[in-house]
Order: sequence, then structure tokens, then C-alpha cells
Amino acid sequence: MTSLLPKVLITVGLLFDLLGCIGLVRLPDVYNRAQAATKCVTLGTCLILFGVATQFGVSALGMKAVLCMLFILFTSPVGAHAIVRGAYKSGVKMWEGSVVDAYRDVATTKPEER
Amino acid sequence: MKQLLSCVLTFLLWLALTWSLTPSDIAAGVFISIVIAVILGDIYPEHPQAVFDPKRLFWLAVYVPYFLYFMVRANLDVAYRVIHPDMPIRPGIVKVKTTLRGDIGKLALANSITLTPGTLSVDIVGDDLYIHWINVTTMDPEEQTGTIVSHFERILRRIFR
Repeated sequence: MTSLLPKVLITVGLLFDLLGCIGLVRLPDVYNRAQAATKCVTLGTCLILFGVATQFGVSALGMKAVLCMLFILFTSPVGAHAIVRGAYKSGVKMWEGSVVDAYRDVATTKPEER
Repeated sequence: MKQLLSCVLTFLLWLALTWSLTPSDIAAGVFISIVIAVILGDIYPEHPQAVFDPKRLFWLAVYVPYFLYFMVRANLDVAYRVIHPDMPIRPGIVKVKTTLRGDIGKLALANSITLTPGTLSVDIVGDDLYIHWINVTTMDPEEQTGTIVSHFERILRRIFR
């Protein structure tokens, strides 16, 4: 049982990572792709690291895996935010099927005019 | 005070990362913690003792499983949209309002929104959050706010004030 759990966790994590990569290829624009990449890859990678942590228990390797999990959980949304905001500000167009864009007016005004 | 807290936390993190108690590792850890505390101690919050408020810790303990549940749902949601042959997406950027005041509260809200079903924080301007939504279900700002932020705000308000 103890040897099965890590394998299951790592397999499920890899599956989510794979889904994130398929999303990167299939979805139409950078904003939708960032969605798939952030969500699936964060959970997938966290599950892989959690699998490593359950395999090695309370040891140097297990602790490092848990800490990496926390760091990814905190930093990956911030990274996605920075990429998407940077893409929008440098003029990357949204997919033509997009239904609403409330951000256009704010993004084009300069910060000091707000 | 802030510098001392920063130093202790950094040192604990160092111990967890190296996972060894040899004198040379500890000496290196103490040295690095002091350097980091002197350089970066200013970014710590003004009232660190608020972290130990049991009420806040209780709501944090409520929030973590609640958040994990939504995170798993988000992944199944994305997986469904990606695998479905027709890709049922209706993307757009919407504007929602938050009632949270503190910077850390807003950060936690924006990060939670990014990791939950179909939404990704693009920018925060004052009290307005600009959210990229992969499946816009309503054009009404009130309903948009209700769907995206309200259920997190309810708990986050109790953690961060």
C-alpha cells in the first residue's frame, strides 16, 4: 500500500501535466493558453512532488518536495498574471471569438492619468 | 522587530531545506538569514503578531480545503474543455469589484481566482479586478462579481480583515 500511493499520485500528476500541454496546443490565444498552462501544470506538478514526499517521508528529499510544492502554489499564479498582463500591454490580440473586453480602456490609459 | 522575525523565519526555512544539523550548515544558515533580514526585512507586514490570532488561523484552516476543492474542480473543468472535440469556450475579460482592503488580502484573492475554474487575474486597479474568463456566462457585472469573487471573499475577509 505504501509503495502504491506515490505511484498513483505521480501518475495522476503526469496526466494533469499532459492535459495542460494539450491545452497549450489546442486553445486559440495566449490568454486561454495561460489558463490551461497555469491550472493543470500547477496541480500536476504539485501532485508529482506530493508523490515524491509520500515516497520518501520526513527526510531531506521529502521536505524539499513539500517546500517546492508551496513555492509553486504561491508563485505560479503570480507568473501567469505577469505574462498575461505583459501580453495585453504589448498588444497581443484576443481570439476573435472573445465575447467581452472590459480591460481595453484601462490598459491603454497611462498610469498617471488614472 | 520585523528584521528579527524575518531572520527567524528565513533560518527555519533554511533548516527545512538543508535538513542537516552539522555546525557548518547552521553557521552558513545564520549568516545568510541575517543578510536576508537586513536587506528584505522591510517587506514584512507591520503587525506580524496578527498571524497568531486564533480566529484568523481557524478561517485559514477552513479556507485551505475549500480552495483545494475548487482547484481540483478547475483542473477537471479545463481538462473537459481541452479534450472536448468542439472546445466549448466563450472567452472574455470582465471587470469585477472586491471589497477587500489590504494588499495581501487582494493578492490572496487574485491568486485564488487564477487557480479556480475558468478564471485568470489579469490586473488589479484599485478595487477593480480584471479577470480573463474562459466561459463568460453572463454580461451583468453584479452576477459576474457574484460568480467569481464572492465565495472567496466571504472567507478571505475573515482572515485578512
